[in-house]
Amino acid sequence: MSVTRMFGASVKRREDPRLITGDGQFTDDFKLPGMLQMTMLRSPYAHARIKSIDTSKAKALPGVRAVFTAKDLEGVGPVPCAWLIPDSDLKVPTYTALAGEKVRFVGDAVAIVVADDSYIADDALDLITVEYEELPVVTNQEAALKAGAPQLYDDIPNNEVFHWKFRNGDADGALQRAEVRVKQRFVQQRLVPNAMEPRSAIADWNAGAGELTFYNTTQNPHIVRFMISATQGIPENKIRVLARDVGGGFGSKIPFYAGDALTIFASRKLKRPVRWTEDRRENYVATIHGRDQIIDVEMGADRDGKVTGLKVTNYANMGAHLSMAAPGVPTWLFALIVPGCYTIQDYACDVHGVVTNTTPTDAYRGAGRPEAAFLIERMMDLLAGELHMDPVDVRRKNFIPASAFPYTSGGTLAYDSGDYEKTLDLALKMVDYEGFRQQQAEARAHGKHLGLGLSTYVEVCGLAPSKAAGAMGFQGGLWEPATVRVLATGKVIVLTGTSPHGQGEETTFAQLVAEELGVPVEDIDVVHGDTNAIPMGWGTYGSRSTAVGGTAIYKATQKVIDKGKKLAAHLLEASVDDITHDHGRYYVAGSPQKVKTIQDIALMANLAWDLPEGMTPGLEENHFHDPTNFTFPFGAHICTVEVDEETGEVKILRYIAVDDVGRVINPMIVDGQVHGGVLQGIGQALYEHAIYDDRGNLVTGSMLDYTVPNATQAPHIETARTETPCPHNLTGVKGVGETGTIASTQAVVNAVCDALAPLGITNIDMPLTPERVWRAIQVARAGGTGVTMDAR
Amino acid sequence: MFPATFDYKAPASLSEALTLLGQNSDAKALAGGQSLLPLMKLRLASPTALIDLRNVPEMKGIRGDGGGVILGAMTSYFQAVDAPLVQQKTPLIVQALRQVGDPQVRARGTIGGSLAHADPAGDLPAVALALNGRMHIVGPKGEREVAARDFFVDMLTTALEPDELLTWARFEATDTPRTGTAYVKHRHPASGYAVVGVAAVVMLDEAGNCVEARVGVTGAGGHAVRATGVEQALSGKPFAATAAEASAHAADGLDLLSDTYASAEYRGHLTRVLTLRALNEAAQRAHG
Amino acid sequence: MKQSIRVTVNGEEHTSEVEPRTLLVTYLRENLDLTGTHIGCDTGQCGACTVTLNGQPVKSCMVLAVQADGAKVETVESLAANGTYHPIQQAFWDKHGLQCGFCTPGMMMAAVGLLARNPNPSEAEIREQLEGNLCRCTGYQNIVAAVQSAAEAMRRQPVGAGGAAGGEEA
Repeated sequence: MSVTRMFGASVKRREDPRLITGDGQFTDDFKLPGMLQMTMLRSPYAHARIKSIDTSKAKALPGVRAVFTAKDLEGVGPVPCAWLIPDSDLKVPTYTALAGEKVRFVGDAVAIVVADDSYIADDALDLITVEYEELPVVTNQEAALKAGAPQLYDDIPNNEVFHWKFRNGDADGALQRAEVRVKQRFVQQRLVPNAMEPRSAIADWNAGAGELTFYNTTQNPHIVRFMISATQGIPENKIRVLARDVGGGFGSKIPFYAGDALTIFASRKLKRPVRWTEDRRENYVATIHGRDQIIDVEMGADRDGKVTGLKVTNYANMGAHLSMAAPGVPTWLFALIVPGCYTIQDYACDVHGVVTNTTPTDAYRGAGRPEAAFLIERMMDLLAGELHMDPVDVRRKNFIPASAFPYTSGGTLAYDSGDYEKTLDLALKMVDYEGFRQQQAEARAHGKHLGLGLSTYVEVCGLAPSKAAGAMGFQGGLWEPATVRVLATGKVIVLTGTSPHGQGEETTFAQLVAEELGVPVEDIDVVHGDTNAIPMGWGTYGSRSTAVGGTAIYKATQKVIDKGKKLAAHLLEASVDDITHDHGRYYVAGSPQKVKTIQDIALMANLAWDLPEGMTPGLEENHFHDPTNFTFPFGAHICTVEVDEETGEVKILRYIAVDDVGRVINPMIVDGQVHGGVLQGIGQALYEHAIYDDRGNLVTGSMLDYTVPNATQAPHIETARTETPCPHNLTGVKGVGETGTIASTQAVVNAVCDALAPLGITNIDMPLTPERVWRAIQVARAGGTGVTMDAR
Repeated sequence: MFPATFDYKAPASLSEALTLLGQNSDAKALAGGQSLLPLMKLRLASPTALIDLRNVPEMKGIRGDGGGVILGAMTSYFQAVDAPLVQQKTPLIVQALRQVGDPQVRARGTIGGSLAHADPAGDLPAVALALNGRMHIVGPKGEREVAARDFFVDMLTTALEPDELLTWARFEATDTPRTGTAYVKHRHPASGYAVVGVAAVVMLDEAGNCVEARVGVTGAGGHAVRATGVEQALSGKPFAATAAEASAHAADGLDLLSDTYASAEYRGHLTRVLTLRALNEAAQRAHG
Repeated sequence: MKQSIRVTVNGEEHTSEVEPRTLLVTYLRENLDLTGTHIGCDTGQCGACTVTLNGQPVKSCMVLAVQADGAKVETVESLAANGTYHPIQQAFWDKHGLQCGFCTPGMMMAAVGLLARNPNPSEAEIREQLEGNLCRCTGYQNIVAAVQSAAEAMRRQPVGAGGAAGGEEA
C-alpha cells in the first residue's frame, strides 16, 4: 500500500486476526510437556487462627503430586508491597504467600495442591482438613480504626497502616472565611475489577540451568521479573517472563500475587512445569478489589460561586494486606488531582490507610483519580444547588483559563495544557443544554423526573517521570525503552516495554513508526510481553503506554531515520546535510528522482558491504525515554437520565463524552477506550458493589450477584474530541486508557440527583440501585431531606 | 471449580429412567442442566449419579389438548417459544420465556427442569400458576397429576417425590375472546433472575368488567404463588377502576425474601407495582 | 468411570473416553486442544465459553461432554473456512468489536446463534440477545456495530453450511 498519513487514521487492529480465530495465546492456553495443575485452598473465614492442617488424605489421592502448606515454603519471600509512600508512618505487614498462623480474609490461601489435572486437584482440596479458631472480624475501615476493634496485626495499632497528609495554602483559614460552606460524605464503594480472563500463571523451572520461564497474565512482565528476583531468590537474569495475550487487566494484573509465587515454588520443588489458573470464584475473593474509600469533604466558596478552600479526609480500606501498589492509590493518585480543573489552591487532604478483614484493594481503572474526579464534580453540583446557580456557571466561574497553562495546581502538579471551556461548550452543544432544560421543566410538570449530569474533569496520566516515582516512594521507574529494528528485507520489529492487553498498541505503535519511517504499517510488528526480547519496561497502566512508550518509539525511530540519512548520503554520494527524508524516501534536496528507499537502506545497512567510515552495521536503534512530566487529559461528559419514581429505576437517555486526550493516533481505538471506560464508570454509578457481611463473607462473590454490566445495561455513547497537544512529548499524545472511567461515574450520579432535586434529594450513595433511589424518594416524600448537606 | 465424580446414564425410555432413579436415592435427574451443573461445579451439589433425560421420548414434544397446550418436560425454552401452537394458544409462555436468562440458557434450559427445580426466582412457575398448569408426574406407583398451585411447595421444593419424574405440563389456553396476558419482571441486573416477576391473565367482558383474573407471582417469596387477593378483588369488577386498588393486595400474605439487592419491603412494593403493570398490559391486549 | 463419546467438532468426528464430570469446555480445551473457547466464570454468566451445539448457542461450561455424545459442536476455530473469515469475524475486525479478545470467541459464537434465529435484528434486539456474554473492555458499542454489520453482510450473501462467506482472507 502507498504510505499515507498513519497518524490520525483508524487503521484496523493488527492484533485482531489471531484473536478472532481462536489463535490467541492466553496463559491458560499453554500446555507444556509434563505440566501439572495447581489449585489453592482458601480460607472460608475472614479472621481465624489456624490450629492445624491435615493434608494426609489429599496427599494419598491418586493423581495428587504434592500438597504444601506454609511450613513447607522455604525460600518463598513475602508477597511484595512496592509503593512505600514517604512521611506517612507507613507500616507494611508481612504477607506470606500461604497463611501460617492466621488467616485475615476470606480467600487468604492456606494450602496448595499440585495434581495431574484440575479435577483431581479440586477433589484433593475437599480432602484437606483445616482446624480454625475464629477471631472477631472487622470489614469497615472506620470501624477498624475505633478503639477496641479487632486487630489484624499485633504491631499495627488501630489497624492504621499509614496517615498521609497533603497541604497547600491554608485550607482551614479559607474555610473559616468562606461565605458558604458545603459538606458531604462520599462513599466510594468497593468494586471487583472482573477482567474477563481470570489470573493464570505457568512456572517452568529448569533446575540444570537454574532458569525460570514464567508465563503470566500480567500488565507488567518486567516488574514481575523484578519481583520474582526480589522475593524468590532467583537472579533477575535467570528469569524470563512471558505475557502473551492478556485478557484485560484494569489494574488487577499489576501486582505480583501469592499464586504467582506459589507456582514458582511448586515448579522448583517438583521439577515440573506447574500451571495455576484461578476460577472466577477465587478471582472475586483473591484478586485485588478497587476503591473502598469513605471520603469527607468540606468546600468553602464565595456567594458568587468562586471556590476558596477545600478540605478532604479519606478513610481508605486497604484490605487485609498491602497489595503491590496499594498505598499510592488513595494518596498520591487521589489527592493531587482533587482540585480538578478549578483554581482551588487552599487545599488540605488527610488519608488514613486501614487494614481490615477483606480482600486487599489496589489500583483499579483510574486508581485514585476516579475518586478525586467524583469528589470535586459532585461538590461543584452541591455548591451550585446551595447557591441556586446553574452547575455550568459554577464550573465556568472556577475553571483554570486556557491562557493560564502551564498551570501549577495545588503547588505540585504542573498541568501541561488544557482548554476546559472548549470541551464543555462542545458537550453542551451536543446535548442541546437549553433544549434539555426546557424538556426537563415540561417533564417535571407532568410528574416525570429527567436529569442532566455534568462532569468536567481533568486527570493525571502518562505515569512518569521516574524522578516523581522516586519522590512518591514507588519502588520502580516509570521510563520506557524502545527498540526499532529494520531487517534486511525492510520489515520492522518494534520492541516495547509497555505491555498492552487490549489497548491496541500493536497497531498504534505500528502506525507511529509507519508515519515516521515511511514503511507500510503491515510491515511492522510490535513485540511486547517477553522480558528476554525486550530490554526493560515498566508496563501498561496509568494511561501511560502511548504517552511514554510511544514517545520512546518515536525517538528510536528518529534515530533510525538519522542513521539511514547518513547511509543514504554515502550511497548517493552527497553530504548528509543535503539529504531529505520524506516518508521512507531519501534523496538529495532538489533531485527527488534519484531515491534510496528505506528498504534499500535497510538492505545495505544489514549487508554492510559498503558503509561509510565509522558506521556500525545493521539498522536498529534504542531509545530509553523518561518524560519530564505527567500528561493531563481533560474533557466534559454529560449524562441525561430518567428516573422511574415508582420503582427507582434509572434509565440513561443519552451519554455524551467529549474528551481531549491530546493528539490522536488511531481514533477508532481511542473511541473504543472511551466506550469501555465509560461503561466501567457507569457500572460503579449504578450497578457494581462488593458487599461483605458481618463475618467478612463477600456476599456479592460471583457474577450471579455482582453486576458486571451487560449489553442491555450499556448506553450508546456519543463521543467527540478536541485536540490540545501535550507540549512536553514529541507526539503530543496524552493517553486515554482511563479517561472514560474517571469522567463518567459522577456524570451519572449528578444526573440522577438533578432529576430528583425537586424532591430535595441531593445525594444518594452508590451504586444507585433501584431500591436505593426508591428509598431516597420515600424519605424525601415523607418530608426528610435524605441528605447530610450542611451549608450555612 | 469442577464437579466431583458421579455416574452418568442416559436412559432411552421413561421406565428405564424411573428404574435408575429408584436404584439410587442420591441420583439426580438431569434435564438441561442450567441450574444443576453450576451448583455441581461449585460443589454445592454432589449427586453420585446423574440420570440424563435427553433420550426419553415420553418427555418430548409439544401438542394441543382441547383447551390447552402440553409441553413435554424436555422441551427447551427455544422450542417452546418457537412453536406456533404455543404462540397462538398460550402467548404468556412466549412473553415470559423470552425474558428467561439469556439465549444460551434458553437453548439448553427446559420446561420440566425449570418447574421441577422450583427456583424461587424462576420465571416459569409464575406462568404455570397463571395458566392453571397441571403437572403430569410418573413414579414407581404410577401416574398422577398435580395442579400448579399445589406443585410449588417451598423454596426449591415441589410435590415431586425423589423417585418421581415430571413428564409433561399442561397449560390452559388463553386464546379466548377479550383475554389478554402479560409477564412483567424486574430482572436482577446480574443473574437475570426475577427479583419479582408477575404473570397475569385477564379476561374481560364487553363492558370492560373483569370476568376472571389470574396472577402468578415469582421472586417475591420462597416459592411462586397465585395472588388470590388481587384476583378476588378484580373478579366481576370494572377492570379500569379496580386494577390499582386490587394490585395493592399483590404481596398480601407473602413471606417476602430479602437479599443485598432488594429488601423484603422493596420486594413487596415491586410486587404491587409490577402486578398493576402486568394487569394493565394484559387488559390492553384483552381489548386487543 | 470413563465413558466413550462420539462428538463431531468443527466437522471432524472424535471418539474419546471421558469422565462423566468432564465439562464440554474442558473436553474442547484439554482433550482436543481447541483453546479458542475460553473459561471466564463458574456460574454460566460470562459466556466466554459459548459454542454451538447442534446449531444452537450454548455455554460449554454448563454442558457435560457426555451430554454432547452424538452431537455436532462448532467452536470459534470453525468460523473461518477456505482461507476466508466468516462475516462475523470480518465485522468484529472491521468495527473494532474487540479489545483484549478474551470474550470475543464466545461473543462471536453467540452472535452467530442470534443471527441464525433473527437475520435482521434491531440494536435493542442485539443487546438483548447478547445478554449472556460479558465484555469488560468495549462497552459493547462496537460489538453491537459489528453484529449489525455482519447481519447486513450475511443478508447480502448468506453463509453456506459449514463455510464462511465473503470477508478477507484468514
